[in-house]
Amino acid sequence: MGRTLATVLVVVLIILAALFFLIRKPSIAAVETPGASSFSAEQVERGRVLAGIGNCATCHTVNEDDPYAGGREFPTGFGSLYATNITPHPEDGIGNWSREAFVRSMREGVARDGSYLYPAFPYTHFKNLTDEDLDALYAYLMTREPVAYTPPENALHFPFNLRFLQWGWQLLFFSRDPLQPDPQQSDDWNRGAYLAEGAGHCTACHSPRNAFGAEKKDKAYAGALVDNWYAPALNTEQPVPVHWDSDTLYDYLREGQTDYQGVAVGSMGEVVHQGLERAPDSDIRAIAIYLASLAGPEEADGVDRQAGQIIEAAHERTDGDRGYGENVYMAACAACHYNAADNPIALRAELSLNSAVTAADPTNLLRVLLQGIPANEGTPGVVMPDFARLDNRDIVELAQFLRKRADRPAWDGLEKRLEELRQQTGTAAPHQGGSQ
Amino acid sequence: MSTRFRINGQRAEVDVPEETPLLWVVRDDIGFTGTKYGCGIGLCGACTVHVNGRAVRSCVTPVSGVSDTEVTTIEGLSQNGEHPLIQAWVETQTPQCGYCQPGQIMQAAAMLADFPNPTDEQIDHVMSGNLCRCMAYIRIREAIKLAAGRMRADAGEDNPGADHA
Repeated sequence: MGRTLATVLVVVLIILAALFFLIRKPSIAAVETPGASSFSAEQVERGRVLAGIGNCATCHTVNEDDPYAGGREFPTGFGSLYATNITPHPEDGIGNWSREAFVRSMREGVARDGSYLYPAFPYTHFKNLTDEDLDALYAYLMTREPVAYTPPENALHFPFNLRFLQWGWQLLFFSRDPLQPDPQQSDDWNRGAYLAEGAGHCTACHSPRNAFGAEKKDKAYAGALVDNWYAPALNTEQPVPVHWDSDTLYDYLREGQTDYQGVAVGSMGEVVHQGLERAPDSDIRAIAIYLASLAGPEEADGVDRQAGQIIEAAHERTDGDRGYGENVYMAACAACHYNAADNPIALRAELSLNSAVTAADPTNLLRVLLQGIPANEGTPGVVMPDFARLDNRDIVELAQFLRKRADRPAWDGLEKRLEELRQQTGTAAPHQGGSQ
Repeated sequence: MSTRFRINGQRAEVDVPEETPLLWVVRDDIGFTGTKYGCGIGLCGACTVHVNGRAVRSCVTPVSGVSDTEVTTIEGLSQNGEHPLIQAWVETQTPQCGYCQPGQIMQAAAMLADFPNPTDEQIDHVMSGNLCRCMAYIRIREAIKLAAGRMRADAGEDNPGADHA
């Protein structure tokens, strides 16, 4: 009996020891911060563009005066994460990380000291970057201004605060194999796939995640709610009645607007106006070609006619209804958003075509109504006021009218969602009767 | 917080809380009082101005939102009231009490940039957000059509209006 117990104990100990060695990642020695002379100007410039395509700054910056110093909070179902300082400050940032340590973090999700990183940092995508591109990013980050700032400690619930458990997460959801080019596809398509699946990490926002926070591979680009903005589906489930094609995607990613599908605001506004603006036209075109292919082959033409028919049907469906919602629409929206069916104007964003109205999630429409769009976001130079001072009934009836006008079913739970977003965005409802 | 923009061709810099409505800045801080306060919630159109040539309700637009833009009010639509819309407004005796008219004219000017030859339906949709409690709607529509015709006729010549569209 005693011998059996001893054997079991020994076996368990051996397994634990084996696991320990499997899980444990070595620390990589600290180095002196490499000086600017260690890198070529071309490398740094290439890194600047890649950091734009990856939009590193949005997650790793709180204060515009201290870019890449980290500290931004990411509330998750597991608790809050805080973005790290990725400036070359030796103590607070990554200044003492060697190239090897940087590459390991990007490809394996492990920090210089050997601790596991959480997949909110999309190393699951950055593993696809080539050696040259990782070198360029390293060169770019190491030549930024070092900022002495320690972001807050993560506040994750037990047991998610145990970093070594990420070993199991990686075992279940992560493969180190990088994306392989598809020889059946064009060079542009492959370039676009490399940028979108690698540095761009598009699916980090545009794919739903499972209970463990991993992207659902079978639902890639099926749309998801992230950071309280809805990142719409780009696959065959895309909510826009006039589907994206490579031209409209190019316009959107380059300028922040398209004729039919919508305007880049919120997190995507930052991606377009602060990140992708660094990328050359050829890379934007490549990403557009790749993303357009997610919904199957492009329709050759007839897009304008299709849009015209949808707008005409929207007019017919609602004209003269003059219910509560239409009255709000006529007073608050039509002056800027009404379009002639034969000549819709991109700057008059047509609401029967726009994904903020046609998506199954009302978040984007509600947030834009509550917060408006300043001139330096969305379509540059164009302002949308906010309508937060409308009361809840006005906004709910208006939103449901827009759904009906776009031939979509009414949204469920709209008032509750509106109240949540009012609280989260600090746009309280007016006092009843106090607005006159 | 300081916000900079241009208004009616001049530079403006104001130091007010960023959520201050553009309307108060235009009227009280800068002094262009042609733009009127109506409902304060973006539902009547009396406060309409142009931001980069597009009509905007200034009572619900925070001043921080127009940073680095070109704002035009009724005072800046044309030098001496020679804008075709203003002339048509006078000729057709459109205004009655007049309070909503600066907003009506600014909205109409922005509309004609997008719809140079507007149908009744288009006028009704685009102008419905501009209320007129004197019920001058029929004359407003007439004045818009008169001005639109003249602006189209002039379009072959020099710049027909001083609008920034």
